[in-house]
Amino acid sequence: MTAPPVKLHKSWNSRLRALFIRSEAVRGYTLLSPTLIVMAFAMCAPFAILVTMSFWTQHAFEIDTAFTLRNYQAAIDGPIYKALLIRSLWISGTCAIVTVLVSYPMAYYVAFHVHRRKLVWIILMTLPFWTSYLLRVFSWKVILGYNGAINSGLKSLGLIEQPLEFLLYSPTAVVITLAHAWAAFAILPIYVSLEKIDRSLLEAAADLGDGPVVSFLRVTLPLSLPGVIAASLLIFIPTVGDYITPTLVGGPDGIMIANMIQVQFGRVNDWPMGAALAVCMMVVVALISLIYIWVTRKMTERIA
Amino acid sequence: MKSATYVERSNRPLRTYAMLFLAFLYVPVLFLPLFSFNDSLYVTFPLKAFTTKWYAQMLANEPMHAALMNSIRVGAASALFATILGVFGAKAVTRYRMPGRKPVVFTIMLPLVIPGIIMGVALLILMSRLGIPLSLYTVTLGHVLICVPFSMATLIARFEGFDKSMEEAAADLGDNAWWAFWRVTFPIVFPGILASLLLCFTISFDEFIMAFFLSSTEPTLPIYIWGQLRFPQKLPGVIALGSVILVVSFVVVFVSQWLRGRGVAQIPGEGR
Repeated sequence: MTAPPVKLHKSWNSRLRALFIRSEAVRGYTLLSPTLIVMAFAMCAPFAILVTMSFWTQHAFEIDTAFTLRNYQAAIDGPIYKALLIRSLWISGTCAIVTVLVSYPMAYYVAFHVHRRKLVWIILMTLPFWTSYLLRVFSWKVILGYNGAINSGLKSLGLIEQPLEFLLYSPTAVVITLAHAWAAFAILPIYVSLEKIDRSLLEAAADLGDGPVVSFLRVTLPLSLPGVIAASLLIFIPTVGDYITPTLVGGPDGIMIANMIQVQFGRVNDWPMGAALAVCMMVVVALISLIYIWVTRKMTERIA
Repeated sequence: MKSATYVERSNRPLRTYAMLFLAFLYVPVLFLPLFSFNDSLYVTFPLKAFTTKWYAQMLANEPMHAALMNSIRVGAASALFATILGVFGAKAVTRYRMPGRKPVVFTIMLPLVIPGIIMGVALLILMSRLGIPLSLYTVTLGHVLICVPFSMATLIARFEGFDKSMEEAAADLGDNAWWAFWRVTFPIVFPGILASLLLCFTISFDEFIMAFFLSSTEPTLPIYIWGQLRFPQKLPGVIALGSVILVVSFVVVFVSQWLRGRGVAQIPGEGR
């Protein structure tokens, strides 16, 4: 009586085995599954609970889990949150533009003019990025400070009487520090897109009589735009949420939205409000990024 | 030799710019070692006498040693777990043609672009709702999450130049999949794995934001430094410690990147 089920089971088993061996996709996903499951779970679970908590409220030391939009109402009504978010977007946007502009010639140089020891150049350009973010920001504080390296240096050289005050504790200081900290994120994508450009296209442009400037504008720049777009997003998105740099070199005028979020989870101890602010920040940044991608895609389509 | 057009010709202004750019990248960081030997509580020019007393002070600092050990433990564990996950992921996406490969890789790479504070607070809330107390384990979890994308990227670069016919040859010669991996794939990708381990260790060792939200009473080194920044009289000690960390990080990362790049260049037809 038991024979048929066993046989069925066996054939199913062998069929599965055959499928497993035949299908690359199944084998690929099996191999990928540990990484994918861990990463998907480790990202989805925290985000789900973050969003959920943003609809709760904090009462002294208790958290009320009744659904409410009060935090979002407060986030929209409170002028300070809006002002901080706009300032963060502005600082990060400026920083993304500045970093891409100063990094482009560097990436261009290594892609087109360095022929030997390219690897060493690439490592040199990206090396500081891997070292402690905190320490790099801290060294800027040391440099830009009221009695810091620049001011005391210029003073001892007799070039200035009073310390330059705009250096530390200003949005400018935040932009300089962020541009320095994130330069590698700009250089690498731009470099990769420049390196991919078929050199014969440039030769062709030269043969057809285009000068260096024209062929740069008509060939090199359009073809490297994907790298530029990636670079600007790779800088814009994470820097909106930075709070170390504003804390160390920003001063009161350089405080950003992430400082506010951090305070909610620290001193103020209103986690649901902090969660709501974090969600607002994510949504706004995601929307801006999507619009940016859409607009730039339309633009590149028109050029091509 | 090819006739040199302006494309190939060397460009002096651009070269100068490149040098200035490198200076911009490195000079700010070099101020820390410079002032770490300065015999003054204040970080100002002109420099005072040369001293090594800040380093002596640092060596005698017990809480700093504890924080250092914490960071090393977290860094080693994060590097190991992230690299194991990275090997599975990189092997899968380079070895097999899979539908939906792009969105999957994108998902795994997401922590690269998510602001650190979002990941930090999200994990913090999760831990507190699950009733898991904050410890070095939670910090390690956070660090694994941000290290996996870097490990994957490092390993994919290494695996992509890998000729899968070699593995198939091993399989034809009777090795099972595990042995084929161990005897053929592993020796070839070993530099990549080493590069990934070193890189992940450095990232975790220097990471601040996740550790800030996910650590409790046992600080990692960056958290310890953050705590010291409030006290002006501790500043020179922090600068000395920072200089050591910077120098060590630079060396470790240089070795890691060099291993990775050299490995790729050695495979015929890969790299330039």
